[in-house]
Formats: sequence, structure tokens, C-alpha cells
Amino acid sequence: MRAERRLGALAALLVLSVGFYLLWNLRAPFGFILGLRAERLVALVLVGAASGAATMVFQTLIGNRLLTPGIVGFDALYVFLQTLLVMLLGGAGLAQLPSPLLFLGETACLMGAALALFGLLLRRGAGDLIRLVLTGVILGVLLRGLAGFAQRLLEPSEFAVVQQASVASFNAVDGTLLPFAAVALLLALAGALWLAPALDLAALGRIPARTLGLGHDRLVMQGLALVAALVAVSTALVGPMAFLGLLAASLAQQLVTSHRHVLLIPAAAVLGAAILVLGQFVFERLLGLQSALAIVVEFAGGLVFLALVLKRRPR
Amino acid sequence: MIEVESLSLHRAGLPVLADVSLRLPNGGVTAIIGPNGAGKSTLLHCLAGLIAPQSGRVRVEGVDIHRVREAERALLLSLLTQNPGAVPRLSVRDLVGFGRWPHHRGRPGPTDHALVEAALERFDLLPLAGREVEALSGGQRQRVFVAMAFAQATPWMLLDEPLSALDPKFARDIMERLRDVATAGPGVVLVLHDLSVAARYADRCICMKQGKILAAGAWQSTVTSDLLTRLYDTPMRLAEVDGQPVVLSA
Repeated sequence: MRAERRLGALAALLVLSVGFYLLWNLRAPFGFILGLRAERLVALVLVGAASGAATMVFQTLIGNRLLTPGIVGFDALYVFLQTLLVMLLGGAGLAQLPSPLLFLGETACLMGAALALFGLLLRRGAGDLIRLVLTGVILGVLLRGLAGFAQRLLEPSEFAVVQQASVASFNAVDGTLLPFAAVALLLALAGALWLAPALDLAALGRIPARTLGLGHDRLVMQGLALVAALVAVSTALVGPMAFLGLLAASLAQQLVTSHRHVLLIPAAAVLGAAILVLGQFVFERLLGLQSALAIVVEFAGGLVFLALVLKRRPR
Repeated sequence: MIEVESLSLHRAGLPVLADVSLRLPNGGVTAIIGPNGAGKSTLLHCLAGLIAPQSGRVRVEGVDIHRVREAERALLLSLLTQNPGAVPRLSVRDLVGFGRWPHHRGRPGPTDHALVEAALERFDLLPLAGREVEALSGGQRQRVFVAMAFAQATPWMLLDEPLSALDPKFARDIMERLRDVATAGPGVVLVLHDLSVAARYADRCICMKQGKILAAGAWQSTVTSDLLTRLYDTPMRLAEVDGQPVVLSA
């Protein structure tokens, strides 16, 4: 029961963070200010939860606690898409596109690319997940190179538009997108929880899991589809955040002392949301800063990544 | 019964299994022995349905093992691979509980819990049930994995070198328990390198060399010093010390 209690404590921490964020220094007009804060809060919670849960599922399927879904090139593809759109439509043209259309198009594009990659590389079975990861890394480098080249051809003003879109930001979240994102992310999270018992078994490795009757290859495809949905929606909503998921999943592993994904997935989701909400509260309310959160979270996530790599025992 | 018909497998143009056929009646301990590279582990993995042969077929209790899904296969046989890995924070009870997965598919019922407790008791693991598998010694850990395979409650248990890296005390402990299991319930098929252990505990043997079966049958009537010498290409002798069979390498 200790792990369940710890998950409860993490949930309480999230509730507390949400309370602080919504109510700290609240002045009239209350309704208007609460509405503004709530919109940003929902985005923070959705993105944090999606990143944490997606990374936890991804790490179990790949069998490596150092990797994040970003490693297979999601971030690079998103930046490449932004660059391509600005090149084709111009900065002003891009701004005139209806935001739900842009959001759905980007989400579909990211998910389509991820599923195509997974399908292509895993159609003969999920025995070679390292090949998938390496291909993703190489594709990411290729897309980053292409995006970098294309950005050099842009006007300075258009380049600034791409630069802004390439860093995750919660300051200008479009409220009309939140219902779409919330429904998609909740469905994907429910799917991840449905797969939780099978993920417990998959954590033993492909061959032991298969000998215990798990359709491992099918589980990998289902899990990666959920990961693709979670990452695609959150990236299309606010931009890429490569290391937030790693931070949340690593902390969840440390704090919730259990192997059970029915606890680990919610813990990573709650921690991802709590990190963003608490971070935004500190930066926005206490320090009066507006745009440093994503950078600081990525910096902290990068440090955790380095610590995990250095701490890892050689096998 | 396990029936193997004309099983063949080639890798890089070389035969790993060459026209292997055999029949194993239910129950008892069957040891697969032979020199390194003889195809022992490959045969075991083919029996378990994890490696598909290029020709031939394996039937377990009448079911073609390569034509059924993992879920159905896991109800017919359990397989313990070499050096199975554990997950951080996984307790002994949880790992043994994984053995019941083919029966409950992630939603265990009272029968599953009862059978897990029975497996823990049978392998003297109740005092360790709450401990993390990663914190156990090699011998204790191997006992836990064997208990997991036992909890699967299949007609057959296949084990690939279950005694590797175990000292004689733990090796003996594991073999005594497997012998008990095989006397009352499932057939146990295991790859062994320690021939004295095989001589002491196996009812039957499959002697493999260069992907072929050199001899197979009841241990007592099949295994001779001459056969072992031909099998390993080195002089070997079956002897008896204090009433126990041993195999000596000259």
C-alpha cells in the first residue's frame, strides 16, 4: 500500500500546485482572471501529464529508462513542419490559418509519421527496437539539418516566427484547442492504463513476456500508437519539450516504489503536470518572469538525463 | 506428449538442427546434453515455439506449437531462459504471480492468488515473498524463476541451463525440487552441462551433436561411457561414488 499512498501524496501535491496557481494574489475581476489562469493551467496539466505518461510507456516498451519519445525525432519533425509551413505560407499566412485546422493537421502529420516509422521498422516483429530508436535518431538529425538549411533561406521576420514556434511556450495557448487536446489525451491516457498489466509483464523483456503468453509485438504497436498520440497532441499544442517526460518518469520511478504501471503511469502523469504547474507558478507569480519555464525544465531534464547515464552500472 | 518431426534449421548456410525427430512421453525429467554448439538451446527454443524451424513441426499435447498464438502456447508449456532478467522493485511474490498471466491475462482471481501461494510454499519462498528479486542471491533468484514457471501450471516445463553460475548446493537444491515436480506433475525438459547432475536426476536423455540427435531414450539404458566419449570427442567414464552416478572426464 506504500506505493498507492505515495501516488496519493503526488496527487495532493498537484492539487496544491493548482490551488496556488489559480488563487495566489487573486484580485478583482475574479472571473476574468480565473478564466485566464484556468486556460493556461489546463494546457500545463495536459502537456505535463501527456509527456510523463508517454515517456513511461515508451521506456517500458523499448526496455531502456534513459530514452524519451523525443529521441525518435518528434521534436525535429515538429520544427521541420513549422519551417516548411512558414516557407510555403509566410509568417502572415501561417497566422491566418484557423488554429484548430493547423493543430489537427500538425497532430495528424506527427502521428502519421510516427506510425509509419513504427510500422515500417517493426512489421517483422518487435525484436529489434534498438533499430527503431537509431533510425529515429538519424531521421531526427536529417530533419534538423533540413530545417536548419530551410531557415537560412527565410526572411529575418519569418525566421523569428519559426524560432518562436520551436520552443515550447504556455504564454499564448489557444483556448479553442484545449477541448480537442483534452479529449485526445484523456482517451490516450485511458488506453495506457488499460495496457498497464500487460506493460508490467513486458518490462521483463520480449522473450520472457512471450513465454508467459503476452502478444508482445502487438502490445508494442498498441503502446507506440498511444505514445505517438500523446506526444503529437502535446507538441502540436505548445511545442516540443524533449526532457520533461524524462524528468517526470525518472522521478515517478524513484518516488513510487513499485513496478506496477497502473501506479507508475498516473505517477509520471501527475508529476509531469505538477512540475509544469509549480514551475509556472514560481516563474510567473514569484519571479515575475514570463517565458523561461520550458527552457529551465529542459535544462533540469537534461541534467537528470546526464545523472542517469553517469549513475548507470555497466552490465 | 511432445512429438518432433523432421525439424531442420539452418543459419548462415550451416545446419543448426538437422532432421531432428523425437517423442517425449509426459512426466519425468529429460536432460538435453551435448557439446557447445550442438543445438541444444536451439532445440529447446524450437520446442517452446520461440524459434520457427525451416521445416518439420513440433506438437505439444497434439497442438502444433508454431501455429498457435502466444496465449495458447503459454498454457501448454513454460520456458525458463538463460539468465532471465528481473525488473527493479519487483517482489518475489509478484514475479511468481507472473506465472499465472496466461490464465488470468492481467486480472488475477482468488484461484490465481492461491496457486501463487502454493508455488511459493512448494519452493520454500514464503519467507522471501516480500523481498525484491534483484536483492536475492543467484541461487535464490533462480529458485524464484523456477517457481514462476511452476506456477504457470503447464503440462511441460522447459529450462535452458538452469544451473549455470550456481554453486553445487544451489544446483542440487534446484534439481531436487525439479525432480519432485516432475514426479507428480509436468514433464521437465532441461539443457544441462553438468553430466553428473544429469546422470543423477534425469530419467531420459537427448544426446545432441552438430545439430543431430546421436542418441535418445531412458538414461539408464542409453547413456554409456562409450556414447559420452563419442558425444564429447574426449574420453569419458560413467562411474559410481557413494552409490551416486558420476561422469568422469579422463
